[in-house]
Amino acid sequence: MDGTATLLRQPQQALDVGQLRADFPILKQKIHGKPLVYLDNAATTQKPQSVIDMFRRYYSEMNANIHRGVHTLSQRATQNYEEARTKVQHFINADSFKEIIFVRGTTEAINLVAQSYGRPRLKAGDEIIITEMEHHSNIVPWQLLCGQTGATLKVIPINDSGELKLDDYKDLLNARTKIVSIAHVSNSLGTINPIKSIIDMAHAHDVPVLVDGAQGAPHLKVDVQDLDCDFYAFSGHKLFGPTGVGVLYGKEALLDAMPPYHGGGDMIKMVTFEKTLYNDLPYKFEAGTPHIAGVIALGTAIDYVSRVGLDSIVAHEHSLLSYATEAAREIPGLRLIGTASEKTSILSFVMEGIHPHDLGTILDHEGIAIRTGHHCAMPVMEHFGVPATARASIAMYNTHEDIDDLINGLKEAHKVLM
Amino acid sequence: MLDIKDLYQDIIIDHNRSPRNFGKLEHATRVAEGYNPLCGDRLTVYLNLDANIIKDIHFEGTGCAISVASASLMTDHLKGKTKAEAEEIFQNFHTLLTRDNEQPEAEMLGKLSALAGVKEYPVRVKCATLCWHTLHSALNGKETTVSTE
Repeated sequence: MDGTATLLRQPQQALDVGQLRADFPILKQKIHGKPLVYLDNAATTQKPQSVIDMFRRYYSEMNANIHRGVHTLSQRATQNYEEARTKVQHFINADSFKEIIFVRGTTEAINLVAQSYGRPRLKAGDEIIITEMEHHSNIVPWQLLCGQTGATLKVIPINDSGELKLDDYKDLLNARTKIVSIAHVSNSLGTINPIKSIIDMAHAHDVPVLVDGAQGAPHLKVDVQDLDCDFYAFSGHKLFGPTGVGVLYGKEALLDAMPPYHGGGDMIKMVTFEKTLYNDLPYKFEAGTPHIAGVIALGTAIDYVSRVGLDSIVAHEHSLLSYATEAAREIPGLRLIGTASEKTSILSFVMEGIHPHDLGTILDHEGIAIRTGHHCAMPVMEHFGVPATARASIAMYNTHEDIDDLINGLKEAHKVLM
Repeated sequence: MLDIKDLYQDIIIDHNRSPRNFGKLEHATRVAEGYNPLCGDRLTVYLNLDANIIKDIHFEGTGCAISVASASLMTDHLKGKTKAEAEEIFQNFHTLLTRDNEQPEAEMLGKLSALAGVKEYPVRVKCATLCWHTLHSALNGKETTVSTE
């Protein structure tokens, strides 16, 4: 249990998982005649009834375009949309609603920062620091930026446990570093990075830090003021909300100084052909009609998570991960990929003589959904010398029985294929 | 109800564990590489093609059981066949895996019919056909890496 003190506080109450599961209608499904065991939450999470219902409610009761109308429906839609923004602000403890920008997802958030913060500033010879464990969405936008500006990408390596080599990070930080971009939690390894100290070290060099929180926000308490991160990005669909919605948090001063990302309606105050005045934050970065229903439903998802209690969720997931890790270690020929001392919710592994794809198919046949492949983290696969891994990822509605089913499924795969 | 053994028949398990014609072919006249980036299946097909007859055929690579077994069965089946016969068998094999309302010629396929179960797992069709796409590339003299993406 060492090192988990930072994760766990005393849970207010133990999760009533049975009650919780009843809130998620998709969990009643049968796959190939077996009850669904959904262990692919890092790819996307399932939605509680309240989130599903919000779409029907929005389109039945409050649908109108936002920010522009004086009629009642428009005001209703606008109010609900902006309420969702406030919910997000409080969820991550941002100082102001102006610092919460709605985008399509983590990928768009990172691209926005690369283009709007990075592109005007970076020159040939400047450096961007990322890590070896990043998801492609936190690699490719920076590669594009390097191509546009002549900057170079520097990569903090990982060790064989899947932890960052922080001494190498110290060496990489220098006067040419212009931004650090790093995952809060690795989607392929489950590693929780010590982002607070990483941010402190970057700030000592006057370098801003973007945190990819796609796997962080659903599984850890995020306090952007405490972290002092300059940008934090996460996706709604990994947080029990809908696809097509995500959040970019940015410090107000930074966002203020950045030019717009997309141009269009709503991000302007005034347009003439001679000159256009941009809107205030956060609207400067929200061009066009957004996924209004999606944003409001994201607010509903955050309500749900807050009601269940993130502390309880974290404790439950930690218990399941420990249980799964121990059981997996007992399986002959199974090699865990990602054994950092600080981990959350993700179990990646390979089995000797059994290709992950075959494993995935056999588990699917047992009703078990895991992810097999490179998880959009090809550099990680290369580091561990594997073409792909099998990845089981946990969320609040998983149970110890789910883990038992997974382990039995692995043994079944062994029988079928070996 | 689908039985997983319809996909992973004993013959498939056998060909995966002990792939036939596995290893580099010295004096190959045609070589082609195939790669499935989705799952990391990667293989090389070596041909000894003489006056349009496949005198010898080998393969090398790593991948899932379906891709390895399919390559192994393919190489066994194609030895001594003409280029034209190989292409016809490929068409029939593809039909076996993908078409509902067409019947492939069972006699032409022989042991390849063991892979019929793949049809029920559409995501895995690419695993079974990678070696055939690679073969096709080798037969037609293209040397660039084939992908089933």
